[in-house]
Amino acid sequence: MKDDPDRKPSLAEATLAGDRRALARVLTHIENDTDLGRRALDTLFPHTGNAHIIGITGPPGGGKSTLVNEFIRTWRKQGRQVAVIAVDPSSPLTGGATLGDRIRMQEWFADDGVFVRSMASRRFGGGLAQNTLAVAHAFDAAGFDPIVIETVGTGQDEVSIAALAMTTLLIQVPGTGDGVQSLKAGSLEIGDVLVVTKGDRPEAAELARDLRNIRMIGLAAGSEVGGWEVPVVRTSAITGDGIDNLTTAIASHRQWLQTSGDGAQRVRAMIAAEISVRVQQGLLGRLSEQNHDHLEALIDRVVSRNLTAARAADELLSGM
Amino acid sequence: MSERNRPIRMLVAKPGLDGHDRGAKVMARAFRDAGMEVIYTGLFQTPEMIATSALQEDVDVIGLSILSGAHMTLFPAIMDALKTVGRDDALVIAGGTIPEEDIPAIKEMGIGEVFGPGTKLQVCVQYVLDHAPTRDDDEG
Repeated sequence: MKDDPDRKPSLAEATLAGDRRALARVLTHIENDTDLGRRALDTLFPHTGNAHIIGITGPPGGGKSTLVNEFIRTWRKQGRQVAVIAVDPSSPLTGGATLGDRIRMQEWFADDGVFVRSMASRRFGGGLAQNTLAVAHAFDAAGFDPIVIETVGTGQDEVSIAALAMTTLLIQVPGTGDGVQSLKAGSLEIGDVLVVTKGDRPEAAELARDLRNIRMIGLAAGSEVGGWEVPVVRTSAITGDGIDNLTTAIASHRQWLQTSGDGAQRVRAMIAAEISVRVQQGLLGRLSEQNHDHLEALIDRVVSRNLTAARAADELLSGM
Repeated sequence: MSERNRPIRMLVAKPGLDGHDRGAKVMARAFRDAGMEVIYTGLFQTPEMIATSALQEDVDVIGLSILSGAHMTLFPAIMDALKTVGRDDALVIAGGTIPEEDIPAIKEMGIGEVFGPGTKLQVCVQYVLDHAPTRDDDEG
């Protein structure tokens, strides 16, 4: 069969040959983790490992999509093929979703070198969808570099993106709080580059200064590891100020990952995180499929206060 | 016969030059509430923009909202653009201020149904649930 010249190429083969429709279809299968999607990944994965995967996270309406659109302009000038994975939240009530990031990136519709794909989070958590990184692998195999993962609008504590991206941009919006916000632990600590968007607003300079000062204190106290010095970049999509500085900072970080050896560690961490998510989901799936009655019986016992949830979980796991 | 074990993916777009997007937003919300994943691309969409979105997002259904009166020009151009990118397999539906007498010609173009002003949301949603195509490889 393999030598049959009339054999239709598989979706994965067509994807590797540059067929965009096949790529779009492969992404659907990977997103839904179908058997076909897994087989496609088997074929695609050896062709990956070349792309710079960039995460961008920050509050809703903070300017993530607008900023990504500005990046596309710069990267297209450099002749690079750009993929964007834009995650928006799913409804906890109906499972439906409104995916509206694409609306900020529409000027590239006639450009074959830009591919924007929206994903619903499907309640995965951390501002991501379960198979976001697997979708990025497909883009990587198809020759896209960089690949931008834009998270759901996030708050103070969503840090998962840092385990999925080589370079993480953390967006902060001026005028949303005083300097104490910059002192807090959480997502502020995961940014490889801190970005103050809407930089034309009057409070932007103060926020950028606060963020810089906090980093200086961390360095002085020895609580921040040396090596990569996290830049704070102020941008404005209205005036275009700061966009070049930001794309330069992203390129510098990639360079630093390569020269410092930190890049190899990050790739290992990304793959470990990806395997771990698959294991968790696989275990949960098996628990709910095979042990449904047992689980229901245990829930009954916890509801009647005869068992703690921790003991119930132990019992389920020991029976697997 | 393949079966869809995933949410319906739908594109909601407003082709052409009119700024009245309330209808499109209401429909996007109704489809979302029916459990669909709705890519909302908003105003001023050219046929080529709609085709690119349909291709990249791999949608099953495309909903077009139009109140400008230019439907007899835009719809054929959109259907052509979808064919060009190989996405004429998607179900296309339309809504807005479209005169009754144009509807037969619109359906002739390959558009599944036309929903005029006053149509109940549930009618549109049910139509999509009943008619969204399953894809050849949906079983995977």
